[in-house]
Amino acid sequence: MNILCAGLNHQNAPLDVREKFAVGSHQLAETLSAVRAIGGLSGAVILSTCNRVEFYAASLCPVRAFDDLRNLLHARSGLDAPLYFHDTPGSVRHLFRVVSGLDSMVLGETEILGQVKKAYSAAAEFGATTSHLNKLFQHAFRVAKHVRTETQITRGATSVGAVAVELAGKIFGDLTGRRVMILGAGDTSERTARSLVSRGVKTVIVSNRTYERAAKLAEEIGGLAIHFDHWQNVFSDVDILICSTAAPSTILTREKLAPLMKERAGRPLFVIDLAVPRDVESSVNELEGVFLYDMDSLEGIVSQTLEVRRSEIVRCEKMIADQVGTFVSWLKRHQGLRS
Amino acid sequence: MDRLLLIAATLCFLASFGYTLYALGAGRFKPGRGNVVAIFAGFLFLSTFLYLRGKAEGSCPLNSLFDVLVFQSWALVLIYLVVGSAYRLSLLGAFTAPLAFFLVLAAFIAPLNHQPVRRAVLNPWIEFHAALSIIAYGAFGLACIAGVMYLLQESQIKSHKVSPLFYNLPPINDLAVANGRLVWLGFGLLTIGFGAGFLSQMPVNSVKFVASAAIWIVYGVLLLLKRLHTLAPRRLAMLSVVLFALAIITLPGIQYLSSRP
Repeated sequence: MNILCAGLNHQNAPLDVREKFAVGSHQLAETLSAVRAIGGLSGAVILSTCNRVEFYAASLCPVRAFDDLRNLLHARSGLDAPLYFHDTPGSVRHLFRVVSGLDSMVLGETEILGQVKKAYSAAAEFGATTSHLNKLFQHAFRVAKHVRTETQITRGATSVGAVAVELAGKIFGDLTGRRVMILGAGDTSERTARSLVSRGVKTVIVSNRTYERAAKLAEEIGGLAIHFDHWQNVFSDVDILICSTAAPSTILTREKLAPLMKERAGRPLFVIDLAVPRDVESSVNELEGVFLYDMDSLEGIVSQTLEVRRSEIVRCEKMIADQVGTFVSWLKRHQGLRS
Repeated sequence: MDRLLLIAATLCFLASFGYTLYALGAGRFKPGRGNVVAIFAGFLFLSTFLYLRGKAEGSCPLNSLFDVLVFQSWALVLIYLVVGSAYRLSLLGAFTAPLAFFLVLAAFIAPLNHQPVRRAVLNPWIEFHAALSIIAYGAFGLACIAGVMYLLQESQIKSHKVSPLFYNLPPINDLAVANGRLVWLGFGLLTIGFGAGFLSQMPVNSVKFVASAAIWIVYGVLLLLKRLHTLAPRRLAMLSVVLFALAIITLPGIQYLSSRP
């Protein structure tokens, strides 16, 4: 018995092609039946996400099964799918790399593991899995856990907003009850504030030169709007300040902030300056208890994170290669026992 | 036997310290169970050593600088095992091990009298006073470690450069809280230790008294300033590192001066 894997992903097909072959949850039962009807296939799992559509199957004759699968997809979409094809052990290695996040658009992302688990559960629910596929997927989940635990492939945040939230966590610990102030109601500041709210931030104060815009954003995220001239009055209660105004020059200087910090009784202040040109003077970071991050420094952390992840690829590949060997040995033993 | 126990404890702390150094060097440090197990094993060896030493000396084994250094290492680990886990600062162990290791190593390699010393006068209040004072220094030692962790984490966040340690070190806010509470704990224990010293009615050794009173006053002032919100967490962290380092560095001198007739 061989494990077959065929599919297309973000590396070999653009979104407008991938979406033609996507299998929605409402089409899953029908597609699984059609795939399983292919001669020589004894089970199938379909993984359909925004970045990939993949078919995993157990087959005695993988090349013929692959041709039939290609024809099936052509019949469904009217297009020739730019499919890649892997047979054992390449298919096993491919699945292990996918669940470990090595094949993802953002290296090391963890969402894919949940998506693979969901795809496998759905196939099992429809009775479309076999003992080989069950063993393969259970093994893959263990590999993903092992790779995540033993390496730094999932370490750190990979977007500016996520880095800001991670830094806030490393400064304040629990974010429950913390207060955020947004100066300038831009899209990025809104997204960052929403991320912080999802992590338990208690109060969001929005201040904008146009009060109506501040009020609108405050209403959307359940915050409070204040007039731009008054933001300094409530500043002493704020823990996280997000700036993204369109001001042509800095609105927060060291001279302005130093006396305000004295009123804070040693509480740290995290300043996230998302504005270009910058809203906050860079020397503010030299003040005790102030942690200033602008777009460059946030993106710098993202780069450092990705660099760390990239440096872990070799270790991950080695772990995966070992595990592929273990699985393939099992597969051979199992076939030997059966024959 | 005694010596073997001490060597075993030193090796346990060294193993934990060595693992931390290796993992940091490899860029993949994360706190593991291994550190805690090694430190706990070291603690058991030290406890047995001190028990046997106490039996040999007929009192709490705090009768020489050698005794004090070993007891200090034991007190530091004791406070870590009792308090460290309460703050969920698992990484504290990785930082406690090197300090415990260097204290025992110092006891070993310094030209000190390793023979058990018997007290001329036995007074339970004096023993209580001495033991509690050293345990208080254990708390100050752990505050120093929390301070080092605070300064490391704060410097990474300030400089916009994160290392693998960044992800494993606790938030600076939690470290600041732990730092403050450990100073409070040490101060409280030292105060009770002083009280026991007065109750013992022992003749006051001026050098020891002045040094101990100075340390007690300085830590008290730190806490007062913190209470009045005039001492930022960073400064408290720095001062708890400096003060503990000073206390440990000056210990041999104070011990020497106080032992002179």
